[in-house]
Amino acid sequence: MSEPGASYVPTVLQDAVNWAQKYSLFTYPFATACCAMEFMSTMGSRYDIARFGAEFPRFSPRQADLLIVIGTITERQAPVLRRIYDQMPDPKWVMAFGVCASTGGFYQNYTVMPGADQVIPVDVYVPGCPPRPEQVLDGLMALQRRIQEHRGHCQQQIGNTAAIGYTDRRKLPVLQDGTSMTLLPEERMPQDGRVR
Amino acid sequence: MAQRLLDFLHRERAAALVESGSHVGDEIAVVHRDHLLDVLTLLRDHADTKMNMLSDLTVVDYLGQQPRFEVVYQLYSLVHKHRLRIKVRIDDGEEQCWVPSACSLWHAANWAEREAWDLYGVRFEGHPDLRRILMYDEFVGHPLRKDYPQNGRQPLIRRPDAPATDDQTTRLLPDSHDRRVS
Repeated sequence: MSEPGASYVPTVLQDAVNWAQKYSLFTYPFATACCAMEFMSTMGSRYDIARFGAEFPRFSPRQADLLIVIGTITERQAPVLRRIYDQMPDPKWVMAFGVCASTGGFYQNYTVMPGADQVIPVDVYVPGCPPRPEQVLDGLMALQRRIQEHRGHCQQQIGNTAAIGYTDRRKLPVLQDGTSMTLLPEERMPQDGRVR
Repeated sequence: MAQRLLDFLHRERAAALVESGSHVGDEIAVVHRDHLLDVLTLLRDHADTKMNMLSDLTVVDYLGQQPRFEVVYQLYSLVHKHRLRIKVRIDDGEEQCWVPSACSLWHAANWAEREAWDLYGVRFEGHPDLRRILMYDEFVGHPLRKDYPQNGRQPLIRRPDAPATDDQTTRLLPDSHDRRVS
């Protein structure tokens, strides 16, 4: 159960834990662009995300378990987003809010990253430019189903959190490319001319 | 009204002018690079012009033409409420692609020149702190040049299993790799 390969161990206790977690999401809004307006509307009294138990935004990633990426992520911002994701405690989930966070949207250029999933694993994508609040609530319910079915990225990695001895990811290295969080120039611009 | 400014320039610094004219109501003067600071100082300080505000500083890349770049200064006088556009034409290449810095004349030129350096690779000789301002330090090349590939992303970080992107597989020109002024 504690070896890295064992990722999916359904138990009755785990189902109960998932049920508790899906109705108690603490969100961290990583708001960078205009989609934040729709996020405010979703949080507000008219659409009222509190009905789904996710009403309390924590402005510290260490107290949150749902990272909502709201808006355009540039290449310059990518290490920041990655670090915030790494600072969140397990188990954690990510929602890409709007097309820019999902795929880069209509930006196809040198500076906008084509989707937040280039640097962090994303559990649910909410399309729209910006998405309607109903769409966000639909995405949140999709995420809740995913949590209940134990299909979240981090749930699959750390395994059965209700059991003793699940994989403790705090001991694993958080980034692949060292302490500087940047690639070497020759890795970013390979000599064969191919631009990643 | 602003035709007066062009007449003034013709009277005072006729040797500095390459051409001058008016386009859709905006007066434009193209000056030699060697006389640029002289003309700008005159426009800022003379009692008849008093161009005490640098509204904007931009660069235009006319790829395929000679000379290739045009550095554009948009001047405005808060005293006389008139505007003038000054242009300098410079060519590509390490030893040609520079203009003197206007930082000593307007503080607003500092960040504007850093942006122009960052995105177009035009050096501003005499700038106190010519670093990149929008792109990150690790970026190679100058992205608003017309020969930079449109999707030429230079990611700082990627997941090991990141989804594939549709970036173009284009080669950067070898001479656009100057990253910083030494």
